[in-house]
Amino acid sequence: MVEFDSVSVRFGDRALFDGVSLSLPAGSFHFVTGPSGAGKTTLLKLCYLEMAPEAGEVQLFGKETERLGRDEVADMRRKIGVVHQDCRFVDHLSVSENVLLPATATGVDIRDVDDNMSQLLAWVGLSRHRDRRPPELSGGEKQRAALARAVILSPDLILADEPTGNVDWEMSLKILDLLVELNKSGKTVICATHDLSLIRQAKTRAPARVLRIRERGIELSGADL
Amino acid sequence: MIGGLLDRSDSRVERIVPPSGFTASLTVLSAAAMAFLAVFIGAISMSASRVADDWGAALGDKATIRLSAPAETLQDQIDAVMTIAAQTPGVVGARQLTEDEQRALLAPWFGTDAALEGLRLPVLFDLTLEGDGPDIEGLRRRLQGEAPGAVYDDHARWRLPMVRAADRMSSVAGVSLVLIAAIGAAMVALAASASLSANRQIIGVLRLVGAKDVFITRIFVRRFTLRTIGGAVTGSIAGMIVVVLMPGGGGFIDLRFAGAGWLWPALVPLAGGGISYMATRYAAFRRLKELS
Ligand SMILES: Nc1ncnc2c1ncn2[C@@H]1O[C@H](COP(=O)(O)OP(=O)(O)OP(=O)(O)O)[C@@H](O)[C@H]1O
Ligand SMILES: [Mg+2]
Repeated sequence: MVEFDSVSVRFGDRALFDGVSLSLPAGSFHFVTGPSGAGKTTLLKLCYLEMAPEAGEVQLFGKETERLGRDEVADMRRKIGVVHQDCRFVDHLSVSENVLLPATATGVDIRDVDDNMSQLLAWVGLSRHRDRRPPELSGGEKQRAALARAVILSPDLILADEPTGNVDWEMSLKILDLLVELNKSGKTVICATHDLSLIRQAKTRAPARVLRIRERGIELSGADL
Repeated sequence: MIGGLLDRSDSRVERIVPPSGFTASLTVLSAAAMAFLAVFIGAISMSASRVADDWGAALGDKATIRLSAPAETLQDQIDAVMTIAAQTPGVVGARQLTEDEQRALLAPWFGTDAALEGLRLPVLFDLTLEGDGPDIEGLRRRLQGEAPGAVYDDHARWRLPMVRAADRMSSVAGVSLVLIAAIGAAMVALAASASLSANRQIIGVLRLVGAKDVFITRIFVRRFTLRTIGGAVTGSIAGMIVVVLMPGGGGFIDLRFAGAGWLWPALVPLAGGGISYMATRYAAFRRLKELS
């Protein structure tokens, strides 16, 4: 599903990744962890093609991504749901319109996903706020709305960047449950977090693995938390 | 294209990009101004070509011979003129005007009373021409020999430059319309481009959720085309009112629409819409390429 082959990324003279190779199979559940500034967000950006590596290859859905045209990138992103660390909403649209944006922007009939949207908003506890604008939401509420948007079209690959960064423990577990449930229904999930207790919880519910970002590399760790 | 523009079901899509900023008023205003100019210049062009046609046709088949001669040779010269006219190829008819007709012609200057009684008027002959008309130099030479008091006047002497001017004016007006269209297209393209840049953040979000260039382009094309049509309708109506209220003295400066000319003010906003559609599409695809 997601494959890195000797991927290198550098910002200025600082090499963030240097020849990283990864292979995350379809249907797998991975956490990406590491200290702040380690490159978690950068790793996810490589996965949804917002960034291209300086060297090496990124393959998604079994396809080489380096030479994709803009329309092909769009086609790929339709199969990927992303919870961005900074949420990335369209601020003048309501929460429900933002959650529906992937459908609106790709020509999916809104009637087909409207129920789904209401359920999702109820599920993340935002039903009351559906007509508010994103700037009027708290940090945790934004993240929950972003999660709803990421999964509205039930994409094959879900990338979540600190989806529990601003929420209480109870909501964190709810979000985790959603991710686990999605994974059980066959979706591939990659979740960046530095919350180790969340990862521990996850391991009791699903066969999640951990990608730990170290100096310029990424190592896969098993049940060693 | 029209179907896409009129499709009301995508108000949801419409709302994604906030309809604000200077580009909106810039587009509407420049469309209105361009449409006003187009209607006005179209009226000038049509009027000028009407004049060129009418006068061109009129001067083609009429000419006059004026004869002033001493009384003793007058009748001989009248006969000579009639003979020459009858023998000249290109002249199909010649008729001597009666005195009453001549008086009527001069009435605007001298009135109808007895002022003309004592005056010796030149004799006038009305010639009807066909095709390219007579060989004027040959005709003049023959007249000089056989009826030295006769002067051939083919009307064209004073009208031809005006017909040429009218013709020229009509083509300059055509060029002006092309310029207006080009400037209009450039304005809309610039405004659309500025609008895309101003909304680059929203475009970024749209792309992250899988929107393609055609989708993003459609939002802007639709918006700018509708704005242009709106502005152009206003400008067109204003132009039409101005043209209709023009004093129409007949002849050269009668700008008022005639016949199919009335379609022009309706055509201008449609053409504006088409131009805007293409200009925005072009600008949007270009800008989106840069923004990626
Ligand atoms: N566009 C950029 N230009 C320069 N440096 C960048 C850029 N993007 C990220 N970096 C740097 O790369 C490093 C990794 O950033 P990244 O956002 O991936 O970290 P992170 O692991 O997600 O951190 P956090 O836990 O704080 O979100 C950071 O040091 C950051 O400053
Ligand atoms: Mg980050």
